[in-house]
Amino acid sequence: MKYFDDLRLGDIIMTGRHTFAADEIKVFARRFDPQLFHVDEEAAKKSHFGALCASGWHTASIWMRLMVDYRRSEENDARARGEPAAGSGPALGLRDLKWLKPVYVGDVIDYKSEIIERRVSGSRPTHGLITILTTGVNQNGETVISFASTTFVERRPEPK
Amino acid sequence: MSDKLHWEDFQPGAVAIYGPRLVMREEIVAFAAEFDPQPMHLDEAAGAKTLLGGLGASGWHSCCLLMRMIADGFILNSTSMGSPGIDEVKWLKPLRPGTTIRLRSTVLETRASTKRPEMGLTKFLFEVLDDNDAVLTSLTTTMMLGRRQPGVAA
Repeated sequence: MKYFDDLRLGDIIMTGRHTFAADEIKVFARRFDPQLFHVDEEAAKKSHFGALCASGWHTASIWMRLMVDYRRSEENDARARGEPAAGSGPALGLRDLKWLKPVYVGDVIDYKSEIIERRVSGSRPTHGLITILTTGVNQNGETVISFASTTFVERRPEPK
Repeated sequence: MSDKLHWEDFQPGAVAIYGPRLVMREEIVAFAAEFDPQPMHLDEAAGAKTLLGGLGASGWHSCCLLMRMIADGFILNSTSMGSPGIDEVKWLKPLRPGTTIRLRSTVLETRASTKRPEMGLTKFLFEVLDDNDAVLTSLTTTMMLGRRQPGVAA
């Protein structure tokens, strides 16, 4: 993760891409969201979704995994250059989470996150608060998910 | 089925409690390993060095546990047609291993759909509570529910 000081409004992170398979949709939903249209193909056909589709929490959780992987590769690159990497998290929360279209079996979702707010933390002066707007777009160019989330990011330490 | 909970069954101010649900260390780490492998969600010592101050569940895990508790609590026995989204989630306090959580549901407002007379919209506040009734996670969302008596299309 870059330090708070090096993050700018408008910076865009291409977080990554994920293809949703039937098995993982059902496994996730049986654990956390066992509504019929997330766990049963036949029942899903008769529902207003028309086919098996992923839990919205699954679509969101996959973004988190891709974001953690992205930050990790960024940290490895920084260490390879002999530079320190900033710590981040935890997140404070999110707002305006919209599930705009269902995510069906085989859909390929491209996620990206853009920095839309940044401010120094009042309670934790060693950290800043970064708000990003994340979107996921399917193979037809339709946005399926969007949300704004806010997380702590470490500030660059003062030179000693 | 007529015995399912419909839109009309959720009146503003109604409060319900669901659970309890014991959250174990193993499931916190398993969720994090799959979806949010940040050190503070995987390991006590690593978590202690972060603002989380120890091992705590991923915020997404808390949301997923909340989802499961409301699914078992009432959604699976309702005419729910899903939700278009979440207004706000606040991760107020860490969810630590060994915590027994409960889910408090409060109906904030309810309104008919003007476009779709067969459904209504219900705004909920859902709160994940710990053993001492402290709110760990709060979430506000609007759900779409089928009506017992269809309204008049606008």
